[in-house]
Amino acid sequence: MIPELGLYAIILATILSGLAGLLPLLGWRWQYANLMGTAKPLTLVTTGFIGLAFMLLVYAFVVDDFSLAYVVIQSTTTLPVYYKVSAVWGGHEGSMVLWVLMLSGWGAAVALASRSLPQDLVSVVLAVINLVLFGFMLFILLTSNPFERVLPNIPMDGQDLNPLLQDIGLILHPPLLYMGYVGFAVAFAFAVAALITGQFDSAWARWARPWTDIAWVFLTLGIALGSWWAYYELGWGGWWFWDPVENASLMPWLVGTALMHSLAVTEKRSGFKVWTVLLAIFAFAYSLLGTFLVRSGVLTSVHAFANDPDRGMFILGLLTITVAGSLLLFALRANRFKESISFNLLSRESFLLINNVLLVVSAFIILALTLMPLVWDAMGGGSISIGAPFFNMMINPIALLLVFAVGVGQLLRWKQHKQDGFGRWLLVMLVASVVLGWGWAWWMGDALSIWLVVSAVSIVWVLLSTGREIHHRIAGKANKWQVLRRQQPSWYGMMCGHLGVIMVVLGAAFVTHFEEKIDVRLVDGDRIEFAGYDLHYKGIKHVEGPNWVSDTGVFDVYRGGELVTTLYPEKRFYTVARQMMTEAGIDDRLYRDLYVSLGEQLDSGAWTARIQVKPYVRFLWLGALVMSLGGVLAVLDRRYRRQA
Amino acid sequence: MKKVWLLLPFTFVFALIVVFFFALRDETDSSILESALLNQPLPERPLKLLDGDEMINLAEVAQDGPFLLNIWGTWCPACRTEHPVLNELAAQGIRIVGVNYKDEPLAAKKWLIELHNPYFLNVEDPIGNYGLDLGVYGAPETYFIDGQGIIRHRVVGEVTRTMWREELQSIWESL
Amino acid sequence: MKAHRKQKLILIFAGVAVLALALSFIGIAMRNQINLYYSPTDIANGLASPGQTFRAGGLVVDGSVSRDEETLFAQFTVTDGGNELVMQYIGILPDLFREGQGIVAQGSLNGDGVFVADEVFAKHDENYLPPEVAESLKASGHDAYQNYDSGDYE
Repeated sequence: MIPELGLYAIILATILSGLAGLLPLLGWRWQYANLMGTAKPLTLVTTGFIGLAFMLLVYAFVVDDFSLAYVVIQSTTTLPVYYKVSAVWGGHEGSMVLWVLMLSGWGAAVALASRSLPQDLVSVVLAVINLVLFGFMLFILLTSNPFERVLPNIPMDGQDLNPLLQDIGLILHPPLLYMGYVGFAVAFAFAVAALITGQFDSAWARWARPWTDIAWVFLTLGIALGSWWAYYELGWGGWWFWDPVENASLMPWLVGTALMHSLAVTEKRSGFKVWTVLLAIFAFAYSLLGTFLVRSGVLTSVHAFANDPDRGMFILGLLTITVAGSLLLFALRANRFKESISFNLLSRESFLLINNVLLVVSAFIILALTLMPLVWDAMGGGSISIGAPFFNMMINPIALLLVFAVGVGQLLRWKQHKQDGFGRWLLVMLVASVVLGWGWAWWMGDALSIWLVVSAVSIVWVLLSTGREIHHRIAGKANKWQVLRRQQPSWYGMMCGHLGVIMVVLGAAFVTHFEEKIDVRLVDGDRIEFAGYDLHYKGIKHVEGPNWVSDTGVFDVYRGGELVTTLYPEKRFYTVARQMMTEAGIDDRLYRDLYVSLGEQLDSGAWTARIQVKPYVRFLWLGALVMSLGGVLAVLDRRYRRQA
Repeated sequence: MKKVWLLLPFTFVFALIVVFFFALRDETDSSILESALLNQPLPERPLKLLDGDEMINLAEVAQDGPFLLNIWGTWCPACRTEHPVLNELAAQGIRIVGVNYKDEPLAAKKWLIELHNPYFLNVEDPIGNYGLDLGVYGAPETYFIDGQGIIRHRVVGEVTRTMWREELQSIWESL
Repeated sequence: MKAHRKQKLILIFAGVAVLALALSFIGIAMRNQINLYYSPTDIANGLASPGQTFRAGGLVVDGSVSRDEETLFAQFTVTDGGNELVMQYIGILPDLFREGQGIVAQGSLNGDGVFVADEVFAKHDENYLPPEVAESLKASGHDAYQNYDSGDYE
C-alpha cells in the first residue's frame, strides 16, 4: 500500500508542477495578479508531494520492501541502514527522484525567499522552474518509476548495492552534485524570466547572484568529493580521469564559474547582460547534458547508470525543449537588452571578460574532446579514445593563463584602474614570482620541468597579488585589524576563492610531478624500501564485515627506524553482489599520502601490491573546500541579506 | 545583423542535439542481435542434470514442444534481476530449461530454493563447454527453441517484462 | 564609443584566435594520444603497425593466462571470436581481470606481433563488456552483446 501512496504522490506532483508551470505564465500574460499568485503555493505543495514520495521510497528501503523492483536491485537485508538510505539514490530511478526533489526544493526556496522581488518576476521564475520540473516528473512517471512492484513472486532478498557505492563519499557525492546541477536551474529560470518579461537590470543580477553562488558551492563540493572518492575507493590512487561523467560535472562548473563572475559585472556595472543570460542558459544546459550523458549510454564510463536508449531519447527531448527553446527565445529577445558599459583595457571588467572567455573556451574544449569519439565513430572513423594526457595538454595552458589573470584581475578597480606605478609593480611582481617560483621548484627537486616551474610561478604570483591587495586595503590606516574586519564578506569570498584555486593548482602540479609508485610481489615478512619509507609486510589476515569478507594485508611503515603507522589495504569480496573490491590502505598527511593497494594472490600464495607516494594530494580537495568557503562568504554579503 | 549573431548558440546546440539523436538511434539498433546459430539445430552435447546424475541431450527436450533455453549463474547479478520475470513466465506455463553456466551446483540449488524455481529442467555446464558450442558470451542469455530443436531467436542480456510484452511474446507464440 | 567597443571586440577575438591556434598546434603535436582501437582481426589484417600506441581488446581466452611467479609479468591471449592476440603486461591486473572476461588494453605491438600493454582496463561490473570489444565481436560474427548493468530493471 505504501509504495502505491508514493506513486500517487508522484502523479499528483506531476500534475501540480504542470499547473505551477502554466498558470503563473498565463497570469503574467493576462496581467492577472491572482493567477500569478498561484505560483508560490503551487510550488510549495508540489515540493511537499515530491518530498513525501521520497520519504516513502526511503521507508521502503529501510524496511527492506523487496516487493519493489528498485529495492531488489539496490539493497539487501544485511546492508547497514545508512547505506540502505543512500542506496535510494544509488541507481537510476531513485536518483531521479532525488533530482526532482532538489529541483522543487530550489523552487520552494525561491518562493520563500523572494518576498522583496516584484511579483511578476517571481511568478515567471517559478513557472520556468516548474516547467522543467514537470518534464522530469513525466520522465520519472513514464520511464523510471521507482515504485514498480515485483509481483507475484516477491524475492526473499535483494541483490545488494554496488559495493563501489557503499561508502561515505558516495552517500554525499550525488546529493551535492545534484544540488549544484539543479541549482543552476534557478539562474536559468531567472535568465528565461528576464527574456520573457524583458526586466533585466542590475537588481535582476543582485537577485540571481546568490542563487548562482550557492549552486556553485554545492557543485564545487560535489566534484571535489567525487574526486576524493575515486581516489580512495577505486583503489588505485587516481584523482581525475577525464572520464565523460567527470567531464559532465566539470563543464557546468566551468560555465557556472564564468557566470558567477559575469554576474558581478552585470550587478555592479550593468554590463555583459546578453552574455550573462547566455551563460545562465548554458550553465544549466551543461547540467542537463551531464544528466543525458550519464543516463543514456551514448558514452560509456565507469559512473554510467543503466544504458537505456529510450530514457536517453526522453532526456534528449527534454534537453531540446529546455535548451533549444530558451536559446531560440534568447535569439529573439536578447537584442532588447541595452548594454551601456564602457571600460578601459586595464579594468576589472576586462579581466573578468578574460576570465569568462578562458573558462568558456575550456568548457567548450572539454565538450569537444568528450564527444570526439562519438562523432569520430559516427563519421566512420572507427573507435578512438582520447587519453588523459591529451586533455591535460589542452586544459593546463588555459588553466595557468587563468591563474595569471587572477593575479592581475583581483587587484583592479572597476571601469579604469588608475594607480601610479601599477605597471612597474606588476613587473616587480612578475620578476619576484619567477625567481621565487623557480627557486621553489628547484628546492623541491626539479627546476627543469616546465609545468612544475610555471605552476609554482603562478602560485607565487597569486600569493604576491593577494598580499598586495591586503596591503593596499590596510596601508596607512591607523587600526589595521579594524579595517580588515570592516571589509565586505564578498571581498573575503573573492580572496578565498582565488586562494582555493592556487591550492588546487599546487596539489595537481605537485602530485603529478612528484608521485612515485612501484608494483611489488610480497611474501610474509618481506621488506620494501621505497621513497624513504621502509614497509614491513606482515602477512594477510581474514576479516568479515556485514556483507563482505576480506583479505587484509598488514604493513608496518617505518621511517628512519621509527614506526610511522600501520596500513591495512584490503581485497574485499562482497558476498551478495559477488564483486571484488580493492580497498586501499592510506596514510594521509597534509604534505603527502602513502597509498598501498593489494593486487591479487598468485598461485604460489604470494600477493601483488602497489605502493605509491602522493605528495600534496590533499591540497586538491582542501583547495576545493577553500574555494567553496569563498562562495559561501560571497553569499553572506550584506547587500543580499537586506533583500530578504 | 545583430540578430544573426544571437542565433549562433541556438544553431550550435541544435547541431549537437542532432548528433546525439543519431548516436542514440544507432545505440537502439545495435541491441538487435543475430546469432551464428540462428535457425540451426541446438548443438548436441550430453549434459548432466542439476538434480541427479542423469545425462540428457537438450535436442530431445524439443520433442515435447518448444521451450526457452536460459543461460544463468548465481554469480551473475543480471540473472537475479531477470529471475522474477522467468518465474512469471513459468507461471504462465512456458517451459524454461536452465543451463547453469560456470557455476557451483550447491549455490545453484540454494538459489532455486530461495528465489523459486522457474525451470522445469536444469542442466549443468560447469566449465562452459556447452556455452562455447552455443556461442554464449555471458549470462543471462535466452534462446527460443522450437519443436524441432531449432534455435529461432536469441536474447543477449536479461529478458524484461517490457521486452516480453512488446516483442518476445509474439515470437514465442509463433514457435 | 561604438568604434572603441569594436576595437575591444577585435582584441578579444584576436586573443581567442591565438588561443585556438596554439591549442590546435598542441592538438596536432599530441595526436598520438588519441588512441585508435583495433580488434585482433584488424591486427591480423595488418592495420596496426609495430611501435604505434593503440588500444586492443577482446575476451580473455580460457586457460591462456600465465603469470611469472617471481616478477609481475603476465601473458594472456584475447580473442574477438575470429582471431587471437597475445598480450603481455607487467604489473597488477585489474580486479575483474578474469578468463572469459572482456578487457581493453593500451599499448603497442612489438616485432613478434605480441601486444605489449602499458595499461589494462576492465570495469568494475561483472557484466560489463567494453563497447569496443562488443563491436568487434559482432563484426567478427562471433556474437553480439548488449551492455547490461545491474541498474537496469523493468
